[in-house]
Amino acid sequence: MKSILCFVLALVCGPAIGQELSIALSTPITSLDPHFHNLSPNNGMSKHFFDPLVKQDEQQNLKPGLAESWRAVDDTTWEFKLRKGVKWHDGTEFTAADVIATFKRVPNVPNSPSSLSIYTRPIKEAIAADKYTLRLKTERPYPLLPNDLSGIQIIPKKVAETAKTEDFNSGKAMIGTGPYRFVEYVSGDRVVMAVNDKYWGPRPAFAKVRFRMIANSAARVAALLAGDVSMIEGVPTTDIEKLAKDARVRIASAVSNRIIYLHLDSGRARNSPFVTDLAGKPLEANPLRDPRVRKAISKMIDRDAIVSRIMEGQAKPAGQLLPETFFGTSKRLKPEKYDPEGAKKLLAAAGYPNGFGLTLHTPNNRYINDEKVAQAVAQFLTRGGIPTRVDAMPSAVFFSRGSKLEFSMLLAGWGAETGENSSPLRSLLATFDAAAGMGPSNRGRFSDAGVDALLSSALTTIDDTKRGLILAAATEKAVGELQGLVPLHYEVSSWAMRKGLSYKARADQYTFAFEVSPAK
Amino acid sequence: MIREFLRSRIAAGALAMLALIVLVALFAPWLAPQNPYDLAQLDLLDARLPPGATSAAHFTYFLGTDGQGRDMLSAIFYGLRVSLTVGVASGLIALALGGLLGVFAAYAGGRAEQLLMRVVDIQLGFPAILVALILIAVLGKGVDKIIIALVCVQWAYYARTARSAAVVERNKEYVDAARSLGFSHLRIVLRHLLPNAMPPLIVVGTVQVAHAIALEATLSFLGLGLPTTEPSLGLLIANGYEYLLSGRYWISVYPGLALLATILSINLVGDQLRDQFNPRLAR
Amino acid sequence: MPAFILRRLAQTLLVLLVTSALVFGGLYLVGNPVEILVNPAADEIEKARAAAALGLDRPVLEQYWIFLKGAASGDLGRSFVFGRPALEVILERMPATLELAFLAMVMSVGIGIPLGLYAGLYPDRFSSKAIMAGSILGFSLPTFWVGLLLIMLFAVQLGWLPSTGRGPTEEVLGIQISILNIAGLRYALLPSLNLALFKLSLIIRLTRAQVREQVLLDYIRFARAKGLPRARVIGVHLLKNIMIPLVTVIGLELGSVIAFAIVTESIFAWPGMGKLVIDSMFQLDRPVVVAYLLVVVLMFTLINLAVDILYAALDPRVRLDGSRA
Repeated sequence: MKSILCFVLALVCGPAIGQELSIALSTPITSLDPHFHNLSPNNGMSKHFFDPLVKQDEQQNLKPGLAESWRAVDDTTWEFKLRKGVKWHDGTEFTAADVIATFKRVPNVPNSPSSLSIYTRPIKEAIAADKYTLRLKTERPYPLLPNDLSGIQIIPKKVAETAKTEDFNSGKAMIGTGPYRFVEYVSGDRVVMAVNDKYWGPRPAFAKVRFRMIANSAARVAALLAGDVSMIEGVPTTDIEKLAKDARVRIASAVSNRIIYLHLDSGRARNSPFVTDLAGKPLEANPLRDPRVRKAISKMIDRDAIVSRIMEGQAKPAGQLLPETFFGTSKRLKPEKYDPEGAKKLLAAAGYPNGFGLTLHTPNNRYINDEKVAQAVAQFLTRGGIPTRVDAMPSAVFFSRGSKLEFSMLLAGWGAETGENSSPLRSLLATFDAAAGMGPSNRGRFSDAGVDALLSSALTTIDDTKRGLILAAATEKAVGELQGLVPLHYEVSSWAMRKGLSYKARADQYTFAFEVSPAK
Repeated sequence: MIREFLRSRIAAGALAMLALIVLVALFAPWLAPQNPYDLAQLDLLDARLPPGATSAAHFTYFLGTDGQGRDMLSAIFYGLRVSLTVGVASGLIALALGGLLGVFAAYAGGRAEQLLMRVVDIQLGFPAILVALILIAVLGKGVDKIIIALVCVQWAYYARTARSAAVVERNKEYVDAARSLGFSHLRIVLRHLLPNAMPPLIVVGTVQVAHAIALEATLSFLGLGLPTTEPSLGLLIANGYEYLLSGRYWISVYPGLALLATILSINLVGDQLRDQFNPRLAR
Repeated sequence: MPAFILRRLAQTLLVLLVTSALVFGGLYLVGNPVEILVNPAADEIEKARAAAALGLDRPVLEQYWIFLKGAASGDLGRSFVFGRPALEVILERMPATLELAFLAMVMSVGIGIPLGLYAGLYPDRFSSKAIMAGSILGFSLPTFWVGLLLIMLFAVQLGWLPSTGRGPTEEVLGIQISILNIAGLRYALLPSLNLALFKLSLIIRLTRAQVREQVLLDYIRFARAKGLPRARVIGVHLLKNIMIPLVTVIGLELGSVIAFAIVTESIFAWPGMGKLVIDSMFQLDRPVVVAYLLVVVLMFTLINLAVDILYAALDPRVRLDGSRA
């Protein structure tokens, strides 16, 4: 009898929660090797154990990491002064040799599905001028080098030369300079870490951290409410209102660097695959090629309604590619006002007074509320005179078909990892050129020589102020004047935590345990 | 026969409910206050209103609205239509296909039987989700594609059950007797083996129709089901799933109740039919 | 008997071959893995490098041939996403799924057969009708829905059980098992209950149907007339005869429980094979999906083989090769 009682009690009560911070992540990591897979969750996790030369603060401004300072010596040479007295987790000292060995490893990680070599490719030569000074030479002037280097975590020379990906996953090679040291990793389940007492930077508030992977958003919220975790990332928009009112919970949000937009088929002169006339028969002409039609579509969409109803306030209407606080954005472009009358006039001026038919393609498991946003957009377009169908599919199918240019209008998103405006301009609006690596995600095949010229000039201008102005001008032309794409909104990232914790919400959507602190 | 059926009050009640549901599904376009498939009729600003709220045009949403501004009552009516079509069509086709194949295989024996059973093994091992993913990628979404996917997934259950029932039957004396009387193989299979294999098939069948509808809901939950602009009950439930924790229960609970009522009535009627047609139950 | 088993094993090999071909072809039709895996910021040069590193730049038939050659020596390829051997990734997650499947089967058989027996023996009692109505609930509500309701009730509202995840594991014979201690069982209770509901309903209904049929047959009346105690009549004679279709269904369902675990594992963040394979499907990580299917199909075939052998043992009228008794 007593044993049954004990059994029941044990079943009901469970173990007490210790002085450990438990955080639930929304996407599982695939490996602890910092250079194996250039995936957001992997990168975020690796920054707990390792440091890059250059860090980004919560607004993605550059700040010193393992490099105390850096400057462009000339157009193709950069000099980085490294921090002295930094110790690896195994006690040895950090020097420039470690950085050079790391850069050598990055393009050569075997079986990498997505390597970090896009960041090391511009580097022609890496020299250690002395133990704490690094000189990097580039092929062409490359102003974004510090931004790119913020994505490469530095590992010790002996690890870089000998370790395999399995060694990182098992913990053997997990020797970094970061605020936490490795304790345990169970693939698909959890990562456990303990504080690094010898860390060179500010000491994190929590001595032990346990990350859990809970991909299902409702289950993640339930875990927070049940007390199984102290903090979650990726709060679903449907629960924000209720959680904000809950006295046990505190929410931290920030506008992110991710824009949700529509790409329209600007490349085909005729016969866009999903453009029809009002009766449903394929249309020979391609109305989407006309900037007036694209602007009309932009005017038909009530962005405020989408933000308030679909995104429940967790978004900000967008008028360009990044929020204004980011480098290289235009101070003049504002979100397009909801103007169905103006849209009608533009359509008529372009020769389509009665509109035409369209299909909007969207992924359904990639961006926050992607399918719902697409449905709302279709609703607005239909009321504005362009009857629109929605076809939603898993991202695996969507991106494959999209890159094969099978769509006329598609909804997609872009997060600027470099924290500045050349990233979306280059990937989404530059003329597609496989050899030069331009426009890889330009699925609308928008192309304008003027924009291309401004962009290539910006990409080789080292002076920050000048570059910022050129990028703003390029954006004003590509988005404001020619409507190369229709910006919808910027996602707002939210974190929910137990009262008593606080977190500086980040624009790059990373969840850093070392920036969680007890609330005042 | 009908009199005997009506003698069970539960079965009679279930039949009445089923008839009501089928009528609602058939006449949905006339009964529903709004056409939830017509994007021009929806107003995003009316999204997520609780039951009883009114729109700007003085239209009452008796059961509230969902995240896109669809009237829940209308959506449930139309959803019943789609769910019933999908569940019943795929269930019947799979039953016919699987049942016949299973009984034939058992009767034929030898290589043919082994071949079929191995194909069944392969089919059972394939997760429904993978089948749906591949079919969507190749054929696109739609009610007919979902029915194909569900048939692909379900026929193996029926085949396996039919075969095991027939395996016991094929050795019985009446089969030998029929053979010696010179009946053709086809006749033996259709008129002797199949009816005796029916009872377990019907049990599996009524469960499978419900299962097909629930499976369609799960596929919709994963984004592999019907297009969202033309939702079934399952898709409405899946869409409303994420609203459960935020207190907007009506988006998920009402379609859930409708689904429950549908499946309950199908099964109660099926139970009664099975008992009536079972030659082994004395009455 | 040995000839029968050998023939079955040979057929199994054929089945595995066909399965692998179907999956290869099927996933090839879905899309291009490089598009999903590569960071969106990557350019064409990086995409080409990734395609070459993963072997995706070759024609699909050549990729399949390379796979076959490897499979013959036990190497089922390397996961695109994890970079580790696909089989290793699957086997690492398998104990977690098997735990859930085992618990779910224990629950559904342990509760289902007694309940079905009761409902079949006393069909007119109110409690029997309640059991039958309850059994319909079990399979009419979608698993993911019931799962969230369970979490909301037991974890969020009542706080009795953890909401998600797997409990602490201990190593037994080289495998990580979590359900051998109380802490682990607490984590496993809700997901296995969620998984068991469908099977439970099915077993209740089938048992009841079989019982109602058999109870009217002569041999039962004869046993009663002989004066055998009721318990023996039910426990020995009745049970043995309803076991045949029951065993089929249980055998079928054991395999499908593993397939269903996919949704349950996603909701409860249970780190098993199901969650892995659904992620792999959506990321087009073909080696993992192929390895998973081969493992599962192999399991199914072995289970069916065991069921058929059990059949022959239970019912002397059944001859495995279809010959006359």
